[in-house]
Amino acid sequence: MRRLGAFLLLILLAGQASAGVLPEDRSDALYHLYVGGGVEIDGPSILVRKQVGQNTSFVGNYYLDYVSSASIDVVTTASPYNEEREQWSLGMDYLRGNTTMSVNYVSSVESDFDATTYALSISQDMFGDLTTLSLSYAYGEDIVGMSTDDTFMRENRRQQYGIGITQILTRNLIAALNIETSTDEGFLNNPYRTVRYLDSGSALGYSYEQELYPNTRTTNAVGIRARYYLPYRAAIEGEYRFFTDTWDIQSHTASLTYVHPWGPWTFEIKGRFHDQTSASFFQDVFPRAQATNFRGRDKEISALTSQTLRLKASYQFIHENRGWGVFKKGSISASIDMLSVDYEEFRDLRFVGGVVGAEPLYALDANVIQVFVSFWY
Amino acid sequence: MANKALGRILVAGLLAGLLSGCGNIEPWVKPYERDRLADPIMFLDGDPVSTAYIQHVYEAREGARGGEGAAGGGCGCN
Repeated sequence: MRRLGAFLLLILLAGQASAGVLPEDRSDALYHLYVGGGVEIDGPSILVRKQVGQNTSFVGNYYLDYVSSASIDVVTTASPYNEEREQWSLGMDYLRGNTTMSVNYVSSVESDFDATTYALSISQDMFGDLTTLSLSYAYGEDIVGMSTDDTFMRENRRQQYGIGITQILTRNLIAALNIETSTDEGFLNNPYRTVRYLDSGSALGYSYEQELYPNTRTTNAVGIRARYYLPYRAAIEGEYRFFTDTWDIQSHTASLTYVHPWGPWTFEIKGRFHDQTSASFFQDVFPRAQATNFRGRDKEISALTSQTLRLKASYQFIHENRGWGVFKKGSISASIDMLSVDYEEFRDLRFVGGVVGAEPLYALDANVIQVFVSFWY
Repeated sequence: MANKALGRILVAGLLAGLLSGCGNIEPWVKPYERDRLADPIMFLDGDPVSTAYIQHVYEAREGARGGEGAAGGGCGCN
């Protein structure tokens, strides 16, 4: 830790006289809606960013999820429920020469899950402002409860280390590399979720028991992206991420985005593909109760492939050349992400009466809709 | 122990030297040639509030995370 501190200090000391820039002053009001797989989640997200003085910018975000869930897990093992998640965050960026230091605090509260995160990052423009190097660290604490048991309380600690480089390569091409390592320690499974095991004494042929995850997890991700300016004023972006963790999940994620402005309009189309392996302790059906030290049947840790098609349109109703009162620019945007997930080991238990373990594989289709208004000032 | 400390000082000095020399490198894309990169269509994260939301959706639906920038805590994901 002391070495990291020394390294950060060195970067500060090596800062040059030419100036970096703070993020633009802007506010966004977003409405989000997720519908699919028996789940509906919607709510607002409000973001306000404002520079104070020459060197400091503050940012605040309020985010709300209203959850109404009758997901596959819920309908097969529990009862549909409604839930609310409220998240607040407050951050500050401080610019000194070519160095930007940022601190951020995030608080997320549900009736049975509280998460608090403290984040710190530093970024440095260098090589004639062609390169930006950033280092980040975040520490988080979670408190996990259960709505059915007031005495149940477990804790998690999360730490996240990141390094990123953004590089201008040519006058038409910019690229970024991000490397991130996270460690989680504590109660990492979901207290409501169960696994199933073969049970000849049950009418279904199987019974359920509590899932049990390892109490540590370390994840590593490397992401690279590049955006290119096309000759007729349009942009194309490619992105790839490789992910691996100590639960033996390994994934590849790739996407391709095309952005096309047309007068005050900007249109975007994006295709995204994700493929992952199962966690080592995942099984759709275990041979008996307590068959292994760790056991999980969450669909998110099953082998799966997911595909998303995004369509987005933005309309700029306040042009930067004209402005409107205190506003320099204003736009309204709408997008839909059509998500389709095919699970390779997680089976659909709504089908009963067949051979246990031979039920059809589950598949999920969901639409994610966003509408937001943005003002720059 | 003394050698270790000396090594650290040398490495620190070398890093400081390298970084302080960054300003002397001639940028191969001049500031006046960055008009296209300054176009909002070239921003890697043009709408932070939207990006944070969709990353949260993916983190709730898939087993992977990170490498794309930070997203908030909590889940709401059953």
